[in-house]
Amino acid sequence: MTALAVRATASRQALLAVAAPVLGLLAWHVATSGPGYHLIPPPADVAVQWWDLAFGGVWDDLYSATLWTHAMASLGRVYGGFALAALVALPMGMLIGRIAVVRDLLDPSLQILRPIPVTAWLPLAMIVFGIGPRSAFFLVFLGAFYPFLLNTVFGVRSVEGRLFEAAAMLGVGRQAVFWKVVLPASLPSIFTGLRLGLGFAWVVIVVGEMTGVQTGLGAIIMEARQLSRTEIVISGMVTIGVLGFLSDRAVQLLGRRLLRWSPQHG
Amino acid sequence: MGEVLERPAATGTVLPILDIQHVDKRFAFGAETITALSDATLRIGKGEFICLIGPSGCGKSTLLRMIAGFETVSSGALLMWGKPVSGPGPDRGMVFQDYGLFPWLTVSQNIAFGPVARGRPKAEAAAIARRFVEMVGLTRFAEAYPHQLSGGMKQRVAIARVLANDAEVVLMDEPFGALDAMTRERLQEDLLEIWARAKLSIIFVTHAIEEAIILADRVVVMSPGPGRIIADERIALPRPRDPTGVEFNALRRHLSGLLGSHH
Repeated sequence: MTALAVRATASRQALLAVAAPVLGLLAWHVATSGPGYHLIPPPADVAVQWWDLAFGGVWDDLYSATLWTHAMASLGRVYGGFALAALVALPMGMLIGRIAVVRDLLDPSLQILRPIPVTAWLPLAMIVFGIGPRSAFFLVFLGAFYPFLLNTVFGVRSVEGRLFEAAAMLGVGRQAVFWKVVLPASLPSIFTGLRLGLGFAWVVIVVGEMTGVQTGLGAIIMEARQLSRTEIVISGMVTIGVLGFLSDRAVQLLGRRLLRWSPQHG
Repeated sequence: MGEVLERPAATGTVLPILDIQHVDKRFAFGAETITALSDATLRIGKGEFICLIGPSGCGKSTLLRMIAGFETVSSGALLMWGKPVSGPGPDRGMVFQDYGLFPWLTVSQNIAFGPVARGRPKAEAAAIARRFVEMVGLTRFAEAYPHQLSGGMKQRVAIARVLANDAEVVLMDEPFGALDAMTRERLQEDLLEIWARAKLSIIFVTHAIEEAIILADRVVVMSPGPGRIIADERIALPRPRDPTGVEFNALRRHLSGLLGSHH
């Protein structure tokens, strides 16, 4: 393809990508602007509210210019919970995948715990960790943990047998085979787990921040709901969407660098 | 079988590189025991090119995998330089039909894998890799990943990988079976050249009679149910061999008859 053709394809893609949101905004606008409708604010009101939330200068109320504080609080919990999940799930997944005894010991329990939704853990988390950020942190951790763990186990277990034979005949010992074969071969799956886990961390952040924390995007969404400030609710939602999207993009870029060798990623 | 034992005149009284004595291989299959290979006896001299041919189920791949050390011997003895083979090792390099390359390593890194795994310094391993990348004609692709290569190129990498690791015996399990005819012919020529230059001993499993006659010093014919060796034919034709020649065809007919009569 010529450079021009590439650029044409890229701009076509960009056009299509924004088409759906623009149409959605339009439909939203038509449905909510007009007299006599108060439950859901029109997009323009939300935009103004978002601006005030981010930079202040419009309403100058309790919420003005607080968006960064809340966003940073949520980001901290998302990445903190996620990092802790990775720290536990990665070695645990490796052990479950590689060692039969560990698998027999842990797998049944994990399979029973897994279907319990994060929301169901909420009351228990508040009892154990108290009202506040520690509960939120725990719930995010829980949300990110299972996708990470399951993909790691899958990756470790599905390493092609042929590669172990190849390594053995080239002189790799039993200890080194883990670093030389298992880890690199399961990297694509681990990476998928990382992406899914981070996605789930964002999904559960609102639930996590229902635990009575003062700051955080989830916290202001729940608080604004009680105050019937629906513009703030939607502003918070949009912000979570954008931040989640950006962090997924960052992870994807990292993946492309690390997994250049993999036809599915490179 | 008697024929097999009369042959070692060629290797003389010197120790054979591989000495396979009355080897059986049995697999447990549920409650039953299946004999994959029965009473295989074979002596291979240093520098010999052996082709194992036979229909599926004749135990040729099983024999190869036992030499590689991936499978244990059920009874009998399998010796390399007089010592029993107890597991996989760099002295016996395997080239798989499905390549078995490490997809996360480049061509040069795949080739340097063995030397690095065995603790050679980085610079030395890189120099070894360069040499063998060149030997198999892949210099332009040294930094490519396996998924970017054609089947023929992947098999060149696999061959270079075992050579770079100082393999004395190269075991090849239908290595060109998945390649198109032209690529296969090129690789056969190149393999013969590398074999002659590196003074390798090669055991090459194939089900193609023509391929066996083109390549081998000796063609070992096997038959199934249970797998055993039924003939060991020396191919005395000078190389390069012409598949359209009279003697070539006579050999082809002969081997084909041996295979056919035991179906």
